[in-house]
Amino acid sequence: MTDIVSISKLSKKFGSFTALDGIDLNVAEGEVVCIIGPSGSGKSTLIRCINLLEQFDSPGRIVVDGTTVKRGKELARVRAEVGMVFQSFNLFPHMTIRQNIKLAPMRVRKTGDQAADKLAQQLMQQVGIEAQADKYPDQLSGGQQQRVAIARALAMKPRILLFDEPTSSLDPEMVGEVLDVMKRLAESGVTMLVVTHEMGFARQVADRVVFMDGGKIVETGKPDAIFDDPREARTRNFLNAILAH
Amino acid sequence: MSFAETFFNWDVLVNSFPLLLSGLKITLFLGVVAIIAGLVLGLIVALVRLYGVKPARIIAKIYIDIFRSIPILVLLIVVYYALPFVGLRLSPFMSAALALTLVSGAYTAEIFRAGIEAIPRGQFEASQALGLSYRHMMADIVLPQAIRIVIPPLTNNCINVMKDTALASVVAMPDLLKQATQAQALEANPTPLIVAALMYIAILWPLVYLVGRLEKKYRNEVAR
Repeated sequence: MTDIVSISKLSKKFGSFTALDGIDLNVAEGEVVCIIGPSGSGKSTLIRCINLLEQFDSPGRIVVDGTTVKRGKELARVRAEVGMVFQSFNLFPHMTIRQNIKLAPMRVRKTGDQAADKLAQQLMQQVGIEAQADKYPDQLSGGQQQRVAIARALAMKPRILLFDEPTSSLDPEMVGEVLDVMKRLAESGVTMLVVTHEMGFARQVADRVVFMDGGKIVETGKPDAIFDDPREARTRNFLNAILAH
Repeated sequence: MSFAETFFNWDVLVNSFPLLLSGLKITLFLGVVAIIAGLVLGLIVALVRLYGVKPARIIAKIYIDIFRSIPILVLLIVVYYALPFVGLRLSPFMSAALALTLVSGAYTAEIFRAGIEAIPRGQFEASQALGLSYRHMMADIVLPQAIRIVIPPLTNNCINVMKDTALASVVAMPDLLKQATQAQALEANPTPLIVAALMYIAILWPLVYLVGRLEKKYRNEVAR
């Protein structure tokens, strides 16, 4: 299988704080990788480096679908191929749901209005928000908004979808509907890199789980191996702490 | 003399009306020129202040701070009476337009900056993550949201500029106030001043009303 994302020797300092410390990670086509770990372990920073929302330090290197990630002309192409779903949704508040989804394909892919409309319709059905098409984001629940955000990212037909704690700012009763959509995406073969605190989701859906702490990858493996039989003490402590309650 | 004959003397009004009207025209022209020039200057300064190279950002900041601190009347007198000593002699109209534009530009820059900065970082990040170009991000996402935020304070600034045009009368510009004081001296009657005051109110009241409406509208809509 080809690697969609390949990360090597990735480091990132914020002043004197080391957020990422020599990360190596590959994500293959069709793979679902979940990144878990305590707050401040660098999980979000890591995936934000992939589309360069965060500038990483040299000599770290990220290659997305054959293109090296760096400032310059190629960056827009990388970003078009990498979809991202944020913790705080970040929908465009002055546009309807339909417009939110249509905008990027029309502006970046130069898709025609009718084709974009058809695409938006199909995606809204896929994530179950077609009834909200002409509403504005602030008229939707958090769970609905996050499903719109997923549809908006999918509209660019990205090679990989990044999720940055997609359920962390949702009310508990809405977490399920978003995870269901993500699960269906995973089953349909979409390549996904998911930063999450939802251990049940990671266990059930991930092909591979990565445990991070202190800006390093501590342990990586199949979900069963990580959750049932972690090799590292730090992984065990983390899992004990969050699974205890 | 009765109250009405003193303050609303019809004959005096008729006699001085053409003078007042010519003053009103100059006041409006000066105000519109300063407002438009101030908007352009302010937007440029705001963008330099936000996205320029560091020395340019510092210069923009100093410009904004100085021209928000200086009283317009002082600036106007400096421009009109002090600049001739270095060989720069501006007409009353040019002096007034320059002083008003410089000050309005500083306030407008701060309004634009605040408007753009009020857009959450997530909006920029979502635009970038989708692969939108800088131009599309600004045109489709950032500015449409910023405009809603800046329109009420910008309109407020327009009102202030219009009012401050009256200061131009001190550099002998024949604006509405100057013509009114002249007519008052000529006729030995304050009616022209009262009429001038009513004219100022007539042009500015609609704007004041508009600001109130806009603020209410955008408050109700919150972000949309």
